[in-house]
Amino acid sequence: MSTFARRTGTASRLALGTALAALALLGAAPAVLAETPADTLVIANGIDDLISLDPAQAFEFSGLDQINNIYETLVEIDPATLQPVPGLAESWTVSEDGQTFTFKIRQGRVFASGNPVTAKDAAFSIQRAVRLNQSPAFILTQFGLTPENVEQTVTAPDDQTLVLKLDRPYAPTFVTNALTAEVGSVVDMQTVMEHVEGEDFGNAWLSVNSAGSGPYMLRAWKPNESVILEANPNFDRPVPLKRVFVRHVVEPATQRLLLENGDVDIARNIAPTDIDAIEAGPNTHMQTELRGQIYYLSGNQKNEILAKPQVMEAIKYLIDYEGMANTIVKGTNQVHQSFLPQGFLGAITDKPYAQNVEKAKQLLAEAGYPQGFAIEILIRNEQERIDIAQALQGALAQGGIQASIRQTTGAEALSIFRARNHQLTLQTWGPDYPDPNTNASVFAANADNTDEGQLTGNLAWRNAYPATETTPMVAEAVVEKDEAKRRALYEEMQRISQKSSPFAIMFQRSEPAGIRDGVEGFKAGGAVSSAFYWTVTKGGAAAQ
Amino acid sequence: MTVPGPSPAEIAPPGAPGGGLAFPRILRRSATTFGTLLVTLFGLLLATFLIARVVPIDPVLAIVGDRATQAQYEAARVALGLGRPLWEQFIAYAGDVLTGDFGRSTLTSRPVLQDVAGAFPATLELATLATLLGVLVGIPAGVVGATHQGRWPDQLIRVVGLLGYSVPVFWLGLVALLVFYGQLGWTAGPGRLDTAFELSYEFDVTPYTGSILLDSALSGAWDVFGNALSHLVLPACVLGYFSLAYIARMTRSFMLEQLGQEYVTAARVKGVSEARVVWVHALGNAAVPLITVVALSYATLLEGSVLTETIFAWPGIGLYVTNALFAGDFNAVLGGTFVVGVAFILLNFLSDLLYRIVDPRAR
Repeated sequence: MSTFARRTGTASRLALGTALAALALLGAAPAVLAETPADTLVIANGIDDLISLDPAQAFEFSGLDQINNIYETLVEIDPATLQPVPGLAESWTVSEDGQTFTFKIRQGRVFASGNPVTAKDAAFSIQRAVRLNQSPAFILTQFGLTPENVEQTVTAPDDQTLVLKLDRPYAPTFVTNALTAEVGSVVDMQTVMEHVEGEDFGNAWLSVNSAGSGPYMLRAWKPNESVILEANPNFDRPVPLKRVFVRHVVEPATQRLLLENGDVDIARNIAPTDIDAIEAGPNTHMQTELRGQIYYLSGNQKNEILAKPQVMEAIKYLIDYEGMANTIVKGTNQVHQSFLPQGFLGAITDKPYAQNVEKAKQLLAEAGYPQGFAIEILIRNEQERIDIAQALQGALAQGGIQASIRQTTGAEALSIFRARNHQLTLQTWGPDYPDPNTNASVFAANADNTDEGQLTGNLAWRNAYPATETTPMVAEAVVEKDEAKRRALYEEMQRISQKSSPFAIMFQRSEPAGIRDGVEGFKAGGAVSSAFYWTVTKGGAAAQ
Repeated sequence: MTVPGPSPAEIAPPGAPGGGLAFPRILRRSATTFGTLLVTLFGLLLATFLIARVVPIDPVLAIVGDRATQAQYEAARVALGLGRPLWEQFIAYAGDVLTGDFGRSTLTSRPVLQDVAGAFPATLELATLATLLGVLVGIPAGVVGATHQGRWPDQLIRVVGLLGYSVPVFWLGLVALLVFYGQLGWTAGPGRLDTAFELSYEFDVTPYTGSILLDSALSGAWDVFGNALSHLVLPACVLGYFSLAYIARMTRSFMLEQLGQEYVTAARVKGVSEARVVWVHALGNAAVPLITVVALSYATLLEGSVLTETIFAWPGIGLYVTNALFAGDFNAVLGGTFVVGVAFILLNFLSDLLYRIVDPRAR
């Protein structure tokens, strides 16, 4: 060996030594603690949609999940049955004319701060939500409450009595169902008033703090990182777990690893491909819950091709519902073809459409397109939607329809949709409150189909669908006092919509959650509510 | 007997100024650079502002959401000041930025600066450790590659480096997690801390800097420090791998260039030990361009690696800005981009300064 080689040999050993030392330094980190604390529920979930924890503002899944565990409403959803039950209001009466609702507030309840819960807090909460007029405010303002009149229409004559005066009679179930929504949460007036800045009704403070009477209090929210809740000692029912820790984890594969290693108790975003493995895992199992979100493909009626009734019907016959349900959305969606999700009053399970290419071709020929046509499907750039859009592309091609896919960000897709500038679009819709009017009013009612109408929040309007037949039925159903008649109205309008609307409704979301064995009682909220953490127990954790 | 090799000053071309005048000159040039820096920052602000205004994402919708009525939409649009002419919007924005106000993020409802102050340290920890790894392993590997040109250590280092370039980072990240966290249990999992430590960090550690490592060390919470380090190891190694691949390749090429120079031959003829020739003289001269390489690699990592941050649930600046961009949260995009830009410019400035100190020719 030459001197040079020997010397550089020394050099390379030196280099190797340095490299190994660097690795050893990194490897010296302590061992992993692979178990969650016994008194803490640890959840992995994508929570980057969380923009505010103020119940008058929050309207995103993650925000509502937390608020459902921090605040109480006058009328609650029972986690066991998912039916509305008396909450902070122990009872209520409706006046003869159906316009005045009087709620009796439960006595002896206190906020986490120690302040008593009174009708004045309830009135203040509704008033501030109406006056802040944020996204969820319409759930309350649809009853005729406005920032101008809310001081007169929502009053608390004494600490136990809350009176709501509505602009016209409504079906009592419609009003009480709407009050179960998070925007109806009762906030601690005294605490909130201490943090008012200018005209904000405490919004800036309440976005990142809590003032409720629910099972938990907000301890910390670090955006895109975590939410920490702590049990409220003043809550009137037992809360088995002292803390809830929601970790922001976007990637489903990462969530699965965390769950399998015992670093989280519940993983809420599970990929369809991981379901079987988690179910078969030695310490994990799956829990699937039917949620309220609906997938649909809709056609803009301003487009002259899509405006032909046979064309949308042909599209409904070309979609391979079962094929997709058994493959790309297996475990995350199930076939559902009407605008009310299962779990809602009046929901139907009719499935009039299955893939029938011959029938579709015949309809297209009737419409004057025997050779099909070219069309664009607008979607937001999410993997699940891309997969579904590609499957739709294949299915439509069987009828000669050449569909191209236009992918944009969520915000851009929404801008195009709201401006009625799309052709076909693949979209989802989640109900806003647990009453059938929430979906009926957007899928089956359109008060003004002109461009000037600007009903941008309404799906029928966005698709330029006049909904002539069902619009009066939607109006009739919101005032119908007889529940059976109300149910029948919703059933009928769904059947009309299935046949003649430009909405090809395909799926209802079934949400798979991966859960560690021994963790019990978690409810994602079904179709009508948000997550319930306070019902969860972990092996060995005793109730307070 | 050891004969001292040529100092960098000795290899300077004839006519290069001596060391005595260098210091004030550095100061003068630094002042000029500082002026350029301010102009660059202004340009950065203007460019990001204009880009944010022309992309087809509606920032109003990002705030009011899917269900908003037209009246709510218009009210939010006016509140955001989007109805005013563009130049007026920019002047107002630049004025706010000068006072340190980057506005409020619509995604988090918090001041952008507060968000960035939370996300940037996470990225800084990751990027610093990754760069450290890249330097500590990449430079020796590059030197060995150059001294063993064409032989097996060189081939091995090149193959390893090539993998670093060609393997997708999300794949490497997932596999690393699966093996070292899922199967072997050698490292902690995704996120910056285990839940138990996250709680004690939340309750016991004072957040001086936002860097968990620094804060826990300053608070003497060594268990939190250890846990944070065990979480940092894997993502830092994954990112560091890419960084070391780049640094090793560049080091090898700079070293080959230096080893072919006459002064190296001269030093060998004088009987200078080979280790000294390679590690002191040749590497000393290769260090000059290497500073730029390392600084650029570090700066790139400081922009945040979206995919690595996604896989490892690492709440860094890359993920923050990307989320904000998709959601049309332009205050956050502008603030995040600006801070990253400032870090980038500062690093360039520093490497420039360092370059002049190391290389006498540049004084």
